[in-house]
Amino acid sequence: MFNIERWKEIIQSIQKNKLRTALSGMTVSLGILIFIILFGLGEGLKNSYSDLFLNEANNVIFIYPGKTTKPYGGFRTNRRIELKNEDILAVKEEFSNSLEYINPRLNASEPIKYKLESFQFTIDAVAPSNQLIEKHVLMKGRYINEKDIEDFNKVVVIGRLVARDIFKDEDPIGKFLNLGSRAFKVVGVFQDTSGDTEENKLIIPYTTRQQILKGSDVIGTLALTFDQSIGGSGAIKLSDDIKSFLKKRKSVDPSDPSGIRVRNVADELNRSMQFANVLQIIVTFVGIGTLIAGIIGISNIMVFIVKERTKELGIRKALGAQPDEIIKMILTESIFITGLSGFLGMIIGILILNSLDTSALQDYFITRAGVDFSIAFGATVVLIIFGIIAGYLPAKRAAQIKPIVALRDE
Amino acid sequence: MIEIKNLHKSYSIGSSSLHVLKGIDFSVKEGELVAIMGSSGSGKSTLLNILGMLDTSDTGTYDLDEIRIADMNEKKAANYRNKFLGFVFQSFNLINYKNALENVALPLYYQGISRKDRQIIALDYLEKVGLKDWADHLPSELSGGQKQRVAIARALASNPKVLLADEPTGALDSQTSLEVMALIQKINNEGKTILVVTHENDIANMCKRVVHLKDGIIVEDKKVKQNIVKGV
Repeated sequence: MFNIERWKEIIQSIQKNKLRTALSGMTVSLGILIFIILFGLGEGLKNSYSDLFLNEANNVIFIYPGKTTKPYGGFRTNRRIELKNEDILAVKEEFSNSLEYINPRLNASEPIKYKLESFQFTIDAVAPSNQLIEKHVLMKGRYINEKDIEDFNKVVVIGRLVARDIFKDEDPIGKFLNLGSRAFKVVGVFQDTSGDTEENKLIIPYTTRQQILKGSDVIGTLALTFDQSIGGSGAIKLSDDIKSFLKKRKSVDPSDPSGIRVRNVADELNRSMQFANVLQIIVTFVGIGTLIAGIIGISNIMVFIVKERTKELGIRKALGAQPDEIIKMILTESIFITGLSGFLGMIIGILILNSLDTSALQDYFITRAGVDFSIAFGATVVLIIFGIIAGYLPAKRAAQIKPIVALRDE
Repeated sequence: MIEIKNLHKSYSIGSSSLHVLKGIDFSVKEGELVAIMGSSGSGKSTLLNILGMLDTSDTGTYDLDEIRIADMNEKKAANYRNKFLGFVFQSFNLINYKNALENVALPLYYQGISRKDRQIIALDYLEKVGLKDWADHLPSELSGGQKQRVAIARALASNPKVLLADEPTGALDSQTSLEVMALIQKINNEGKTILVVTHENDIANMCKRVVHLKDGIIVEDKKVKQNIVKGV
């Protein structure tokens, strides 16, 4: 393959035919460049989707009590349903096989004070399993625990942004915050990768909150996590079962769309993942389409090049060039040009992708636009291989033309 | 040197076929300077192309330097063309992106001679045709006569046994034609066998032997008194 004399011939041919070289090189470079940019942006779109839905645990069922819209079991319509501690226990008992954690939640709205300053943040009164369901990551101290629940401890775990706003450079652990008229001890700080909303929260034990509300046993909403091995259809069945169990328990018409509402994250995730898969298919099609366009482009150029050189090839044959030598010359030239410009296009494409303004792209719902190096490399190699095939066929034909026919070509 | 017996060649044009050569018997000895004459369509170029192995015959035999040329594959034919034959064409057929020296050196490339040696040999032949000072000029920077002299140098560079010239003066004015014919005579006098296809009588008369072709057969084959070109 490596023949210094042939390479000298080829380099001369490339140098002396700059337009031809530029044309074929640009076809390949552009093909691979467009492929990489489109593919990279498509990946970014997909990343946005998965980021959006993977930050919550995806095996969660949320239960929201509401108002009934139908009279049932002797009760009038428009009755407010409230979940109570005993309902949690009943659910826990009934579905103990498939449930992992149960997290009751109350929203507390109290003025927050530290020293003389007032602050406004969301307060969630929850169980310790909230940490696993919301994927809170502890930075300092501890999360609320079962003992806090049992003893109605006045402890609070605060989000990273809450800690920053209230305590500035102070260490929040062990300090006391006033929630309403009561002092809560800060026991921990957490962060959450899903964004600012969670990190702007204060977490307190739900039983403490119930005690403050004059010994109420009412809870707001309920989040349940289930064993993931039951699968997608199992999850949907489970959420339906819990819904009808609670409706029966609370005397809500089974056909009442309100009263007890259930949101299954797995179900939603399934749907959004389906959308992400459709995106993936579109991205793949666009990528393959671009590659095919590139292949057609390089094929055309190769046919054109060989056609343009027919007479030259005829002269070379009359002077004693063997058919092999003609094929090798054209092929080596085409490999050299497609290879060089293919990798050039690949590198430029990757550089462009990497230099794109990330925050500007975020507006278009594109996160971490980028292409896997092996995909970029693979696509480039595919294009080069097709460039070789596309060059080989006309080269072979040219090598077989009788020199006299080739010489007549003008 | 060249021995041809009962050579036939026809071309198919659509459904009909055109019988171009109808039984040619012809031989050339070493050192001859032969003009092949005939009007257009007489088959003279076809004959030259077959002699040059640029085309193949239908029937008949062709021996070149006692080697039977028949049913050769392209590879072998290319090898023989390179070693035995030098071509000079009416339209010069120089490669336009190579300079004079590189054009002359090209047949040597296909003989596998190293770049350095190629350049020495090529420059030698360019000097022989009087164009040493034009070695680095592209064909587009040369006059018609100069191009044909470069083409002759290229044909000679591989030191072939036979030089085949197809209307070598066809694209040149009369003064330049004389220069080129003087060069051909000089090369012939050094011992090279040369065949010249032409339709011009005065060019034919500068050769040593004239063969007349008409409608695919040889109608006349005679030795002539060579009209030597002088003073150029």
